[in-house]
Amino acid sequence: MKAAVITFPGSNCDRDLAGGFEAAGIEVSRVWHKDTELPAGTDIVGIPGGFSFGDYLRCGAIAARSPISSAVLEHAQKGGYVLGICNGFQVLTEFGLLPGVLMRNAGLKFVCRRTALSVSTADSAFTQGWKPGDTVSIPVAHHDGNYTADAETLARLEGEDRVAFRYVDNPNGSMGDIAGILSANRRVLGMMPHPERAIDRAQGGDDGLALFRALAGALAPA
Amino acid sequence: MKARVHVMLKEGVLDPQGEAIRHALGTLGFSGVEGVRQGKVIELDLAATDRAAAEAEVKAMCEKLLANTVIEQYSVELA
Repeated sequence: MKAAVITFPGSNCDRDLAGGFEAAGIEVSRVWHKDTELPAGTDIVGIPGGFSFGDYLRCGAIAARSPISSAVLEHAQKGGYVLGICNGFQVLTEFGLLPGVLMRNAGLKFVCRRTALSVSTADSAFTQGWKPGDTVSIPVAHHDGNYTADAETLARLEGEDRVAFRYVDNPNGSMGDIAGILSANRRVLGMMPHPERAIDRAQGGDDGLALFRALAGALAPA
Repeated sequence: MKARVHVMLKEGVLDPQGEAIRHALGTLGFSGVEGVRQGKVIELDLAATDRAAAEAEVKAMCEKLLANTVIEQYSVELA
């Protein structure tokens, strides 16, 4: 299985995200935002955290209109997997691949700490290594992680079991304590916490590894 | 031709930054500020000379990039 990790000017978690995939035995290609094609055979696109284009205009807005974006959209529309973490989640909402927006944290402060997340669904390639209700410890580091959507969208996410993770102790004011959501086909995951920063005990915990291992298992050739 | 785009959060969308400004104004002794909403102004210098065409084009820019219409509304002024 192959992952393509995209780097925008200002991405800073691209190397760590590649490391997350590699820790689970997934082959990784690195793709520059000015590229217009994904490497042949890409199973999953990783959109990393950071501050793409300096968060100018809106977080993720410019990245979502960069040259590589049509290839990523096409990949998703064909049923390909996409994982967007932190700024990557913001990019996915700007793409329109995931509903809602990430607004400024309710407390207005940048939040950088380890958070407890409750796994809300195990029904996805990303979360199938856990059971619903499992609690995992994953770091967050963001200024704009306050998940906001209209009542109808929230009801649809809940009704379709598309909330992947919730904060146990909400750090940013997100509606429904939402930390990560899935697309309707469950193949696109956007989440604010950083599983790629929790893949080795030396990082203070390796709870994030289960996400990459679950992906590797789900996408392995049968 | 110049265009000025105002981007504001839609009514009903909570604006934490506006709320922080309101608090700060209160701290400075400006009582009676009942609400603050913060937005953006974007100025464009356009080569276009046809007003209607320019307006249509700026609106397309707003829909595609300048505003996130999930939470923001925009208005366009041409000068």
